[in-house]
Amino acid sequence: MTSMGILLAATGVAKRFESVIALKAASLEVRAGEVHALMGANGAGKSTLVKVLTGVFPADGGEIVIEGQVRRFRSPAEARQAGIVSVYQDPALVPDLTVAQNLRLARVGVEAVRELLVDLGIAGLDFSIFVRDLPYPVLRLIDLSRALASNPTVLLIDEITAALPADLSERIFLILRRWRDRGRSVIFISHRMAEVSTLCDRATILRDGTTVGVTETARGSEERIVNLMLGYEVAHAIAGSKAIAERRLGGDVPALEVRRLRCGHLLKDVSFALRAGEVLGIAALDGQGQEELFDCVAGVRDRDGGEIVVRGRTQRFRHPADALRAGLVLVPANRQQAILPQRSIRENVALPAYRDLRHWGPINMRAERQRVERAIRRLQVDTRAESALQRLSGGNQQKVIIARWLASEFRTLLCYDPTRGIDIGTKRQIYTLVRELAAGGAAVLLFTSELTEIALACDRVIVLFAGRIVHEMPAADADEATLLRASHGLVAQSEGAA
Amino acid sequence: MTAAEDIEPKLRVKSRLGGFRRFVQRHPSLVGMPALVIVFLAVTLAIHPEYGSFDAQSLAMGAMPLALAAAAQAVVLISGGIDLSVGSMIAVSNVLAASTMENATFGQSLVLAAAILVAGALQGAVNGLIVVFSRVPDVVVTLTTGFIWGGVALLILEKPGGGAPEEFLSLGAGTLFSPWLSGALVLVAAAVAIIWIPVRTSRLGLLLYAVGSDRAAAFRSGVNVELTRFLAYVLGGLFSAVGGIGLTMTTGIGSPLAGIYYTLSGLAAAVLGGVSLAGGRGGIVGPVLAAYVLTLIPTDLIFLNIDPNFGQVIQGTLIVLVVMGGGLVTLLQGRRRESASGLNNS
Repeated sequence: MTSMGILLAATGVAKRFESVIALKAASLEVRAGEVHALMGANGAGKSTLVKVLTGVFPADGGEIVIEGQVRRFRSPAEARQAGIVSVYQDPALVPDLTVAQNLRLARVGVEAVRELLVDLGIAGLDFSIFVRDLPYPVLRLIDLSRALASNPTVLLIDEITAALPADLSERIFLILRRWRDRGRSVIFISHRMAEVSTLCDRATILRDGTTVGVTETARGSEERIVNLMLGYEVAHAIAGSKAIAERRLGGDVPALEVRRLRCGHLLKDVSFALRAGEVLGIAALDGQGQEELFDCVAGVRDRDGGEIVVRGRTQRFRHPADALRAGLVLVPANRQQAILPQRSIRENVALPAYRDLRHWGPINMRAERQRVERAIRRLQVDTRAESALQRLSGGNQQKVIIARWLASEFRTLLCYDPTRGIDIGTKRQIYTLVRELAAGGAAVLLFTSELTEIALACDRVIVLFAGRIVHEMPAADADEATLLRASHGLVAQSEGAA
Repeated sequence: MTAAEDIEPKLRVKSRLGGFRRFVQRHPSLVGMPALVIVFLAVTLAIHPEYGSFDAQSLAMGAMPLALAAAAQAVVLISGGIDLSVGSMIAVSNVLAASTMENATFGQSLVLAAAILVAGALQGAVNGLIVVFSRVPDVVVTLTTGFIWGGVALLILEKPGGGAPEEFLSLGAGTLFSPWLSGALVLVAAAVAIIWIPVRTSRLGLLLYAVGSDRAAAFRSGVNVELTRFLAYVLGGLFSAVGGIGLTMTTGIGSPLAGIYYTLSGLAAAVLGGVSLAGGRGGIVGPVLAAYVLTLIPTDLIFLNIDPNFGQVIQGTLIVLVVMGGGLVTLLQGRRRESASGLNNS
């Protein structure tokens, strides 16, 4: 903090997308010559704030002051002219253009980028190669070099280290420190607490779209940051049933076993065994490999390495139908991927029964009706708008998806953030249902972004960080603070790794 | 404790290919389409050895409006859009030319041609404005404006008729220097050179490809996405207008319904010529050459005494094969790259 000049000050920034409020009152103050961390749990509004600051979309309210002037950017190009440049979460490079053309697109000099890339550890890159032919980490580094080469006053970096090997991250930090020492500023978003405390000077913490604190990030402040991210509801959060503990789990052969699973650049190496009758929770921040994990075991994409073993048999899923045949069914977070919005509840529930076109002949309507009705009753789906699923609330749609799998047969239920955007009452019902299914002998793998729910629904929880399992514990011990610490890679600070 | 056994290899970028192989990989249609044209000309000569300058002339004339329709469609496709009103815009320019030039002098007809080019660009501008600002899908917008332009053409000229001064017609219907060099061929080459080359070599060319390839990435790179998409439709309208004027030169009259055919066949030529329907890939030369291939097919069938209506079947089959082949090559390259990429650890 050589100079106390404020380069960027945002106050009371608000942004909503239709009914979803992404930012309520976000504030951020960045001094000249500092690396400023922007932190918060999933969905706290970090990325939205970055996009508002750089003109990707306009703010609904609040004020952004850049070097003493109130600014309102209508596009990233305008922000760039004012010296605000961002490296977004996903590469902003055009795949069908060459590297050189991409630099020209952003009006950035080739030589400057070449020098920066050398500093970052890439020598001899052919700039006439198409971006689509380059591996992901190289794209991230080109993205960063391109942003730096446009000589910004404030550089925003959203989760650049998430998919990079550790040695590359180190090089990036070196460059960022050099940048800071020149009196420029960096806004740095990362889920990795260790990175934040070594690289950053101060941190602004967001929770539910609101800035809840600004703090120094010297070592030892992790605890304070975690508490700020959590908020004050921690105390009464764990009111649910802990009386689910000791039950005999079925059989010696796991319902689903995953060995050294690797997929894409996010899922590195994950192994676990899930037994019939068990609910295994997965806690992780965005982009730690959980999405790839679910895609692999649900047959949405093929793994790059490792094994998937279902009830003792090694399986290779090339299509979701393969996973269904093996008894694995998926309840996705994005309900639109799973429903037929214009069709009735009954048809939606009965759908998987017809997945095999080899069953010829007319549908046995009575048998179907009975099966469907049973599933719907059990789930207490509100059937007033039964003729088209799109008129049901999100919670009821999610119930219909679970009912669908109840009405067909399954052994292992894969729930990927099933309660996203669902009201609290329905959430409870869904978790009770998950417990009942497990009691009935099903195995359940459950990822949820709401950490308080782990203790409510699960028997055991594993925490993913950077594509690997960093922690495992009984769900009864998994209070939100422990999970949050573990999912930021702060395992050593909790009561010791599994 | 987590990154302990991260044995990530050093970043290494695939070594370069040699000059020609690389050129082929970059511009498959710039190599493939001339080859296909030569193959088809050879086939034509084989089955009809008397093929002469007169046939070459009629090929050049017959293919000219299609070549320009393909160019119009290619520009819009590259920018990530689609224009289903190309044929109707050709029809409008065609009847505008034939109805206004009927009693004009040669000099007046040149001025009128320039005005028609402006009108074509304006039609494209209307398409572009609606697509960009209404956020209605481009297919819907241009299908509807296509109906409107088609109606406008009928209002201008109810039934085939009109005309233009002889000198003007001979620009497209005549020959230059040698009976083999058709004016129609020169006109297509000139249109591509005068309109496309300056665009392709300027920043606008880069923006067209960027926006077509990945709109979000282009926006984040600071590109004015709306303006770029708008300009693509303007260029499409301009090429269509040249096509309409060309149609007037080769047929000598205006016909309000003749243009409609060029919407779908132009789209087919663009795809055959290596332009991706997903945007961002391809060029203009490939589609233009594809127009000559597609025009040769029915001619060859007539030479072979086969029902020329088979032409459609063969055209369609050819397009499917070429597009499928392209997809296969991309897939194989992708596989190879994945297995060769040093970044998948272990």
